[in-house]
Amino acid sequence: MIAEAGHYALVLALGLALIQSTVPLLGARWRDPALMNVARSTALAQLLFAGLAFAALVTLHVTSDFSVLNVYENSHSAKPLLYKITGVWGSHEGSMLLWVSILALFGGLVAAFGNNLPLSLRAHVLAVQAWIAGAFYLFILTTSNPFLRIPNPPMEGRDLNPVLQDIGLALHPPMLYLGYVGFSISFSFAIAALLEGRIDAAWARWVRPWTLVAWIFLTLGIAMGSYWAYYELGWGGWWFWDPVENASLMPWLAGTALLHSALVMEKRNALKVWTILLSILTFSLSLLGTFLVRSGVLTSVHAFATDPTRGVFILLILCIFIGGSLTLFAGRASSLKQGGLFAPISREGALVLNNLFLTTACATVFVGTLYPLALEVLTGDKISVGAPFFNLTFAPLFVPLMIAVPFGPMLAWKRGDLFGAMQRLMAAGIVAVLGVAFAWAWARGGSALAPLAIGLAVFVIAGAASDIAERIGLFRVPLANAVRRARGLPRSAWGTAFAHAGIGIALMGIVCETTWNSEYIGTMKPHDSIPLAGYQFTLDGLTQRQGPNYHELAAVFSVAANGRPLSLMAPSKRNFTTRGMSTTEAALLSRGLSQLYISLGDTTPDGGIVVRIYHKPLVLLIWFGPVLMALGGLLSLSDRRLRVGVPKPAKALRGLQPAE
Amino acid sequence: MVHEELRLPEPASMTLWFVFALMTAAAIFAVLLPLGLRSRAQVQGSETFVYKDQLAEIDRDLAAGLIVAAEADAARTEIGRRLLAAADQADHAPLQSSHKLRRAAAVLALVGLPAVAFAVYLPLGSPRLPDFPLAARSHAPDAQSLDGLVAQVERHLEKSPTDGRGWSVLAPVLLRTGRYEDAVRAFRNSITYNGESADRRADLGEAMTAAASGVVTDQAKAEFERAHALNADEPKANYFLGLAAEQDGRKADAASIWRAMLDKASADAPWRPLVQQALARVGQPVAPALSDQAAAAGQNMSEADRETMIRGMVERLATRLKQNGEDVDGWLRLVRAYVVMGDREKAKSALTDARQAVGKDAERLRQLNEGLKNLGLEG
Repeated sequence: MIAEAGHYALVLALGLALIQSTVPLLGARWRDPALMNVARSTALAQLLFAGLAFAALVTLHVTSDFSVLNVYENSHSAKPLLYKITGVWGSHEGSMLLWVSILALFGGLVAAFGNNLPLSLRAHVLAVQAWIAGAFYLFILTTSNPFLRIPNPPMEGRDLNPVLQDIGLALHPPMLYLGYVGFSISFSFAIAALLEGRIDAAWARWVRPWTLVAWIFLTLGIAMGSYWAYYELGWGGWWFWDPVENASLMPWLAGTALLHSALVMEKRNALKVWTILLSILTFSLSLLGTFLVRSGVLTSVHAFATDPTRGVFILLILCIFIGGSLTLFAGRASSLKQGGLFAPISREGALVLNNLFLTTACATVFVGTLYPLALEVLTGDKISVGAPFFNLTFAPLFVPLMIAVPFGPMLAWKRGDLFGAMQRLMAAGIVAVLGVAFAWAWARGGSALAPLAIGLAVFVIAGAASDIAERIGLFRVPLANAVRRARGLPRSAWGTAFAHAGIGIALMGIVCETTWNSEYIGTMKPHDSIPLAGYQFTLDGLTQRQGPNYHELAAVFSVAANGRPLSLMAPSKRNFTTRGMSTTEAALLSRGLSQLYISLGDTTPDGGIVVRIYHKPLVLLIWFGPVLMALGGLLSLSDRRLRVGVPKPAKALRGLQPAE
Repeated sequence: MVHEELRLPEPASMTLWFVFALMTAAAIFAVLLPLGLRSRAQVQGSETFVYKDQLAEIDRDLAAGLIVAAEADAARTEIGRRLLAAADQADHAPLQSSHKLRRAAAVLALVGLPAVAFAVYLPLGSPRLPDFPLAARSHAPDAQSLDGLVAQVERHLEKSPTDGRGWSVLAPVLLRTGRYEDAVRAFRNSITYNGESADRRADLGEAMTAAASGVVTDQAKAEFERAHALNADEPKANYFLGLAAEQDGRKADAASIWRAMLDKASADAPWRPLVQQALARVGQPVAPALSDQAAAAGQNMSEADRETMIRGMVERLATRLKQNGEDVDGWLRLVRAYVVMGDREKAKSALTDARQAVGKDAERLRQLNEGLKNLGLEG
């Protein structure tokens, strides 16, 4: 009954989405408040039913109900409970259900907390949201239905792809989807504005918290995916410029640009058309990301062509939503009232510069990701655009952007003082030069550019710090005053500083890891010993173990530094019998912000084993940076200025006076 | 417990339809709720609130010393201009309610929603199928985890590796669960301790083929040839010899082997469709690419083909046992096979048949019960 009830709930959600996508629009057209309010209750009900469907699928996975095809194909009774749950979104069908559930969640949130929106704007936003939801419900029900049944259920399932049986999977896709889908709200707002033909500074204020939420989750999701690849894939790499990764990076770049341009729109009532376009593009890229990862087009264009129903359906969704919204944009954008002009040297000027670099970077990634696909479709040639392309194009774009980052917050709105800003950044510049000198003295080998990049990273971090110091008048006013001012500083100012410092920190980690990383790859036999980066690694022995649903070959290494034993590290290779696949489990040992990394290769006939040992200096900064950025976003989100006052009804409802 | 009720099909599906009705009602209610409410003063936000908020923020920033007075004044002017524009726009279109529209929306919810829901659900859903959570199924004799059963048998064989019957029970299960290398070993042991027979040789060859991802290796071919020598009508051996010929590119030979099989076989031989398909593959040189592809791997055989082949083998066993019911090992394999295929009813009826067939012979009955116990089934 759970399976069928879940299935039916999904169908009801589709029905509700259909009503939600039409009735409120008619209501807005004829100015009927009741019809417009239908958007709100249906959005909440849709959330309820999508949530029920998702909960039903989770229950089915937990109880190992193999009469459900999706459970049979992706689960196994011996799987640990956690992976039974995460396995729900390890499969295509389940992940699409998660996708729409999150979409319904965001719709429900707008319905529940959108009291401060004008009625017709809310009706439009929720209707557009329902168009997207309806399309995806249809997609799931017709091509990727997770509730299809097997009349004669088998006794055992086929198990989840072992690479996905990892805690990283528990959190990475939901985070990423919260990000992707979160941008649907700014998309809906943009389409609503185009439909209403009216847009002004207030619009940006209403959209900003939603964009910010999506951006925070996307940032964390990307960072988490990168860390997962780092320890699960066994190569010690954290970013591969893989199309799947690029698919999540593109909406992040566009979303970051959107976050900044919405700021200009909110403060200066300018960049309105551009912001609308960015909203549309960001969500389009999110859809594209879903498409790239989910259609199988990446594994091979030909694999996609052999089973095209799903891919063609997503392609259709992409064409309709991206094409439709851009057409609407082209038709309506010219009629939107343009905002004021502004001087190049000003806060808004700096934000435009930011937008230029971010969107160009985004376009670069777009070309690098889709060009090989397009080429394969057109000529059948298979080329791969890898790290060299992106390093050559992406890096030169990011260097000037990073140099500009500390200047932005230092410039005033309308008319900035570049010279003044430079003076105020003098301290940060000096710290950066010291950083370069230090890196030069400390570094052994590696690129000559690396110390300069370290200097750039230090400049960004110090710039963020001096922005805060400047605002609270540190060293200019008495300390007690400065502390008081620091408390009074808007949280969004702190958020900006944290997020900017986060980029610097991530850059520092990236430069250190790529430049001064040392590695040993070779065959070791028990009791062999290898020196690397000042550590001594000794292979103590190899043992076989039996896990819940895998056999495991584990190696134990003892690590010593300066002759003193430090710790044991136990990398392993797991063999999953049900799928006949194996995974490597790397062993990690953190030393401060650096890490030692061991992963196992194949065994050799003479009793040895191929091992890869890495020392990765300051590697943790790569993920610490994004976490700090997300924290900055969170601080910004908690700023009271984003919570625009909700109007009190003219006559307070009897008996419902809120306690102040 | 809910699951207990689900055992009985009729009340369970009644409950299901009741749940569907409740859910539909809730969905309709969600649409009707705002339509039914009297329109009171609408709580809604507008641009003016945002701009007033921005004005207040400028005062706060000024007080905190974050901006200077001149900046504050400029900003106030700008926001004030926006405030005026917003207030201008606000009064243009007053809200109005229309009963006709609301009634139309209500009808849409009351009729359209259930109609869409059932039109979409009925072709896709399986409302007659109850849930099968694993915990509820483990009461059934066949429901212990397959891995557990296999491990049990494997442990038993570690202690007494000369138990030929154990190997012959274990081997097909290993083959079915994809542990091909182990299956090869098990079939070998089965031949060592049970003696040679055509079907055992053919089974071994099949496992070797599976282990080589569907390629009939020379070793496997040797096994099939021995099986063929022992019993020229052994269908599995003949089929795979044909496959070997096809993989070697000797399509004519393959076709003649398969054609001979079909000529000799009875009309209802379960493997008929499989061989016919294979024959069609080599018989139609118009699509050679397909044949190569299909031949590349037994695993790459479409799921349906594979299913057909396995079912064919099981049916063959069942037919054989109907003619000669004295083969205890055969019965055990048959029961096991049905369990693996998830066909509980057939497993049960096979068990009953086995008892009847073997019942006259006390020694064989003991063997049967012993074997069932080893499988973890009821003795």
